[in-house]
Amino acid sequence: MAGETGKIDPMHQFEVQTIFDGFAIGGQQIAFTNSALWMVLTVGAIILFMWGGMARQIVPGRWQLVVEGATGFIDNLIDANIGPEGKKYAPYLFSLFMFILMANMLGMLPLGVVGVHPFTVTSHFTVTGVLAILSFSIVLIVGFFKHGFKFFGLFIPHGAPWWMIPLLFPIEIVSFLVRPFSLALRLFVAMTAGHVLMKVLSGFIIQGVNADALWVAPLVAIPSFLLMVGISALELLVAGIQAYVFALLTSLYINDAEHLH
Amino acid sequence: MEPTSAAMIGAGLAAIGAGMAALGVGNVFGSFLESALRNPAAADGQQGRLFIGFAAAELLGLLSFLIAILLYLKG
Repeated sequence: MAGETGKIDPMHQFEVQTIFDGFAIGGQQIAFTNSALWMVLTVGAIILFMWGGMARQIVPGRWQLVVEGATGFIDNLIDANIGPEGKKYAPYLFSLFMFILMANMLGMLPLGVVGVHPFTVTSHFTVTGVLAILSFSIVLIVGFFKHGFKFFGLFIPHGAPWWMIPLLFPIEIVSFLVRPFSLALRLFVAMTAGHVLMKVLSGFIIQGVNADALWVAPLVAIPSFLLMVGISALELLVAGIQAYVFALLTSLYINDAEHLH
Repeated sequence: MEPTSAAMIGAGLAAIGAGMAALGVGNVFGSFLESALRNPAAADGQQGRLFIGFAAAELLGLLSFLIAILLYLKG
């Protein structure tokens, strides 16, 4: 893709680079990569955020108010979608929401200006795939543990006439099995698409400013810059919405496992 | 036709799907706003359903974007 010199490769930002080699298990190198570094930074940011708001004052300060807002948000989500049985899933759903939100937000930091390149952890299918598998296994384990083989009743919609069941059962099974893929793909593609778009636009700006012809900078670079400001705001919105959608869909699936319809 | 140019044309055609999904997402939020203005009291309770509809519409568009990117990187 980056055939000509000076062209900006929008895929370069997703490269996983080794920071130090770590150790080897069974011939496989277990290295500390930039992906791992940004995951650690994400967890550090969450710990910092939560620790600052755990003062437990009766009249909350600003920071505590933000943290209480975040926990209350997930609490309401669980109350509305799972009900009182959902309380035990609050730690998982909250960690999931905060991790995705923080990872998305850290990836949006404009640190490239000072030469540090933020790595969006959630723009990799491996990471979102593991998160989706976690959610899906919770659904399976809870469903089979609570309902045993009655869990398969989930695949027969209520009020369906008996002669439709042989047709509906496979369809429902497929739609159930596709869930982890759709969860992981949505987050991964949304983040990748946004970052590719921003990189392409920034390429327009840089090349427009550097162009030999004088008319290019005002005609291309400045409108691209204005568009980029808007797109960045949109990407911040998408970062929040994707984290919310991931937590929301996970809570819906857990509700299926808890209540079977 | 060379395979590379065919892949590029395919990527462009797949990108149409992303635009179609934009119509879908607009329809989800537009319909929500329309009915929320009719009955603002009930709007807050339906926000979960709004985002489920948004997620479903968006996923299909992102899938076509994914196909486009795969074809583009292959070509």
